[in-house]
Amino acid sequence: MNVLLSLFGTFIKIGAFGFGGGMAMLPLIFQGMNDLGLMTSSDFADLVAISQVTPGPIAVNAATFAGYGAMGLQGALIATLGVSIPAFILVNIVYEFIKKFRESHLVKGVFAGVTPATVAFILAAAVIMGKATLYLSGEVQLIPVVMCITSLVMLGKFKINPLLVLMIMGVLGVILCG
Amino acid sequence: MKKNKRNYSILIDLYFTFFKLGLFTIGGGIAMIPIMQDLVVTKKKWLSEKEAVECITVSQSLPGVIAINMATYVGRMKCGLLGSFVSTLGVITPSFMIIIIVWELLEKLGNNSYVYGGFVGLKSAAAAMIIWAVIRIGKNVLSGFFKWMVFIAAFISLIIFDIDIVFIIIVSALLGIGYIKYKERGESK
Repeated sequence: MNVLLSLFGTFIKIGAFGFGGGMAMLPLIFQGMNDLGLMTSSDFADLVAISQVTPGPIAVNAATFAGYGAMGLQGALIATLGVSIPAFILVNIVYEFIKKFRESHLVKGVFAGVTPATVAFILAAAVIMGKATLYLSGEVQLIPVVMCITSLVMLGKFKINPLLVLMIMGVLGVILCG
Repeated sequence: MKKNKRNYSILIDLYFTFFKLGLFTIGGGIAMIPIMQDLVVTKKKWLSEKEAVECITVSQSLPGVIAINMATYVGRMKCGLLGSFVSTLGVITPSFMIIIIVWELLEKLGNNSYVYGGFVGLKSAAAAMIIWAVIRIGKNVLSGFFKWMVFIAAFISLIIFDIDIVFIIIVSALLGIGYIKYKERGESK
């Protein structure tokens, strides 16, 4: 019961402070779950991969995955509700004051400061995940590194659809690492 | 006020529209934006083009899951508090069910070497997608001394000193408020 409550509190916090969308919220999930002793960086790499290949909002996928992995159906429900409730409440409040909100200097200021920080959070997610996928137990994992760089070139240079890149690498992984 | 009229068929419509949005978009809230716009403005005619832009702006500037922000906003507009609740539930449901199914499948098949190999490939590509997001979003966001400093300071605080992210967010927000105040005072002079 106690762990369920901490899980709920953690995800409420993630939902209330997670600016900039799902990817920027990933390190918040890692830090929160890691503090509770419920997630390793290898679990995190699984969570990121699964959240990206399955449909739906990344943060909701990640919350359900983290909660289910830690405490089964109850955990999944608690984590998913936790991450959703703050957004639900905040939007409903802001909706009443929409004009004030749009013109508020305070909101502009918060946005100006938080946006560059969210880029840092996404980079941090990449570092944590990279460490768990590309650099395992003190050794550079050659095949994953090559697959990662190839994916990056496909995404950045050739503008290939991310879903297609994921599928190609999944198949390559079966062939090369299976 | 029309928006407070409790119309059950519109509640069902809201639920399934957002259910579909959650079910058919891969890549999270940002990928959902154009699809939601098309669905809500062109197909359902719930929002005008201008209202949709406002909904997107608000959803991106508030904390929280962007898709939930959008669902709550549209639901609220169409059918009050109950509408926002139903829409939010709709956009969450597919994720919730799919993730649990995938988790159970992986648990059962995790020892299979082909599944393991495929998963290694997926993780490598997923890491690339995040790095790509940093480059893409960074290019848009990072300009000028202030923003670069916040970016670097936030990264170091998190990765090297493992400082609580909530604390980093609060400090960044306060710095941003100070920065905007300072900039506007400079402009008015």
